Amino acid sequence: MTNWRAPSATALIVALVAGSAACSPASSSGTPSTTITVGAASSLTDVFATIGEEFMADNRDIAVTFSFAGSSAIAEQIRSGAPLDVFASAGASSMDPVAAEGLVTDVTTFATNTLMIATPRGNPAAITGLADLPRATVLVCQEQVPCGVATAALFQQNGLDISPVSFEPDVVSVLGKIEADEADAGIVYVTDVLSSGARVEGVAIPVADNVTTTYQAGVVRDSAHADAAALFVSYLTGQQAQAAFAAAGFAAAP
Amino acid sequence: MSATLATSRRRTTPVPIGALAAVGVAFLAIPLVGLLLTTPWSRLPELLTSPVAAEALRLSLITSLSATALAVVIGVPLAWVLARAHLPGRTFIRALVTLPLVLPPVVGGVALLLAFGRRGLIGQYLYDWFGVQLPFSTAGVILAEAFVAMPFLVITVEGALRGADPRFEEAAATLGAKRWTILRRITLPLIGPALLAGTILAWARALGEFGATITFAGNLPGVTQTLPLAVYSALDTDREAAIALSLVLLAASLAVLLLLRDRYLRGGSS
Amino acid sequence: MSLDAHVQLGRGDFSLDLSLDAADGNTIGLLGPNGSGKSTTLRCLAGLETPQAGRIDIAGVTVVDTDRGIDLPPEQRSVGFVFQDYLLFPHMTVLDNVAFGLRARGESRQAAERRAREWLDRLEIGDLASRKPGRLSGGQAQRVALARALVTDPDLLLLDEPLAALDAGTRASVRSLLRRHLADFRGAVVMVTHDPMDAMVLADRVVVLEDGRAVQTGTPGDVARRPATAYVAQLVGVNMLRGRAREGVVTLDDGGEIRIADRAINEAVIVALRPEAISVHLQHPEGSARNVWHSRVSGLEARGDLVRLEVEGPPALTAVITPAAVADLALHEGADIWLTAKATDLDVYPA
Repeated sequence: MTNWRAPSATALIVALVAGSAACSPASSSGTPSTTITVGAASSLTDVFATIGEEFMADNRDIAVTFSFAGSSAIAEQIRSGAPLDVFASAGASSMDPVAAEGLVTDVTTFATNTLMIATPRGNPAAITGLADLPRATVLVCQEQVPCGVATAALFQQNGLDISPVSFEPDVVSVLGKIEADEADAGIVYVTDVLSSGARVEGVAIPVADNVTTTYQAGVVRDSAHADAAALFVSYLTGQQAQAAFAAAGFAAAP
Repeated sequence: MSATLATSRRRTTPVPIGALAAVGVAFLAIPLVGLLLTTPWSRLPELLTSPVAAEALRLSLITSLSATALAVVIGVPLAWVLARAHLPGRTFIRALVTLPLVLPPVVGGVALLLAFGRRGLIGQYLYDWFGVQLPFSTAGVILAEAFVAMPFLVITVEGALRGADPRFEEAAATLGAKRWTILRRITLPLIGPALLAGTILAWARALGEFGATITFAGNLPGVTQTLPLAVYSALDTDREAAIALSLVLLAASLAVLLLLRDRYLRGGSS
Repeated sequence: MSLDAHVQLGRGDFSLDLSLDAADGNTIGLLGPNGSGKSTTLRCLAGLETPQAGRIDIAGVTVVDTDRGIDLPPEQRSVGFVFQDYLLFPHMTVLDNVAFGLRARGESRQAAERRAREWLDRLEIGDLASRKPGRLSGGQAQRVALARALVTDPDLLLLDEPLAALDAGTRASVRSLLRRHLADFRGAVVMVTHDPMDAMVLADRVVVLEDGRAVQTGTPGDVARRPATAYVAQLVGVNMLRGRAREGVVTLDDGGEIRIADRAINEAVIVALRPEAISVHLQHPEGSARNVWHSRVSGLEARGDLVRLEVEGPPALTAVITPAAVADLALHEGADIWLTAKATDLDVYPA
């Protein structure tokens, strides 16, 4: 008795896959003709979700998908030929090298972010400012990511000799441990503290002492949808997107 | 008699099986070959003796060996209880011991935080009463590595103890040996090869541990940044350093494979 | 009494109820089919199993008394055990194996090794001291196991099918060696076997076990001559004759003679003659058979579809013939008959 179940199961799976590929999450009035993929810094996760929906509502024939990772990781992916259409980087340090190599064009600054001290709920170590950090257990991002670059600059700029207890791979890890009250303080972006809501408390850093991270976006040279990509990049500086950035805690582009 | 009277029929491998096996070998070999091809051989000495690399190497060695020792000291008695004692909850305990094997390491790290973190189940007492904080410390690394490595040891040793002939212990008893003597001179030596294999496996696992370490112990050069964490940190910014460090881990893994010969892994007295 | 044991034990369908006693220097042969309880008895004596009821005294020391709750573990009993497959510790040398018991009891390494070497020499395996058990032949392993058990000078020696693992050739020589050393042993010996030859050669008394009960006890000769049950009879169905061989003729202890094929043997032997190998005739037979006996039928017994013929001695023999032959020869008790057996049909063993 041959196994007749196998072929029909396979057929079913093929049908399901084909069907789901045909269905697109975007528009209700027919399928978008173009899909662009945006490689964006992790700190843009929440705000880009909002902006992405608004963009797709305004441009029904373009679907946008996001790939969030550390900015330096995305830069590496672009170098390796990953099929990204837009690169949105936190900090020029990740964008400059690929832009210099011509791999990313039309680089535009669309927002800035500054740093903030995050503490566990109740601020158990009573952190009131940068001066309290040397006596506390502090978590920072590792220097290979933009947040870490900014933090290093922050410490140097303010003459702080701080030994963090850990260099976390990204902001998410820092926030996670602060939420769990594993350390007294963590250096993250203002936007991160805002998006964490009541789970962490924030201690502001005076503007004069603070470090600004510049967010830039550009079209990936080898993109198959350069026009749609450029459209998205310019959308970021538009009024609607800027309102979303402000709501999330970003500062405007200089 | 100058020639054999008959030779057994040599069965050749069926083509589909051979083809799939070849795909399997390629699947495993190509990434490793890729690693070897992109290694900056000329810069290797300088990359491996840089402060970051040296720290990571030293730390990995210390923590993996300590974690292995911990796994042996706790794991062997545990294996003995699982194999020999008539406990009612044995199946449950065995499942518990096997858990770190199937648990994603990061989840393991989170679990360790919930237990031993500053506000953890046990950790809060360690912190409030003794000022001891396991996260962000080298001890935390050792704990995380032991957590993932111990199951390998327990399972190997338990298997060997089960397969060992208990009648040797009976013979020793009739000769006048008390329980501790029997354990020391008969039981453990008879499973020696399996014990060694389990220890080496545990060490290899501890050395390569990443997820639980970075989640529980953190990432600080010299304190908690072991080799795998150093590779991860260097990956996007100093590719060559990452590859060089990866090579060290690859070499260690190969050494383990060569040390562990197949018969040891089958446990029991060979 | 060096050994005085009453043991009762039940496990599922099986139950054991046995009394054993043995004087110093005596060897009890425990004979019985598989599952009769022989090995269980030995394990109870050694302390590897606990009887549900009973009492065991070894050399005057009560090691088990279920009424008083006494049950000494094996390491506290003065018992030497030679296991059926020897159980020599594979990771230790022969010397370490033999010295193990002494060192386990606290003797220093030098003293233990010295005593061990003495025993190895006594058993003529001194040159094997540094070998590992995996490299020993069956006979050599047997001797190491014996040395290991005896070196601690136990009050009771237990042997579990000591010769079962050996091939026929080695068995005979090891049997002789065992006999010599058992004779030297000052304590009591309980030996489990299913080979009546072992019982004949080595035991002073035989206890036949069936289904956990002793069905017959006595000297090996008594048991062989007057089997109490079918099993024993079948077991000892072989004619076993003791005597002294010289130039091809064995002068039997109980009287009579028997001719064997090997003229070179010149010592005490046991001759085994299968009943089936004996031919029965009404008159003096022609033919090449070297052994011819003239005697009278002392008993006839139907056994399945054959008939067992008991013949008066000396030598007293059992033959087996078909009912048809009985009819043809008109055999009856007291009938006058001639028996023949070929010398080549005999098995001769050193006694």
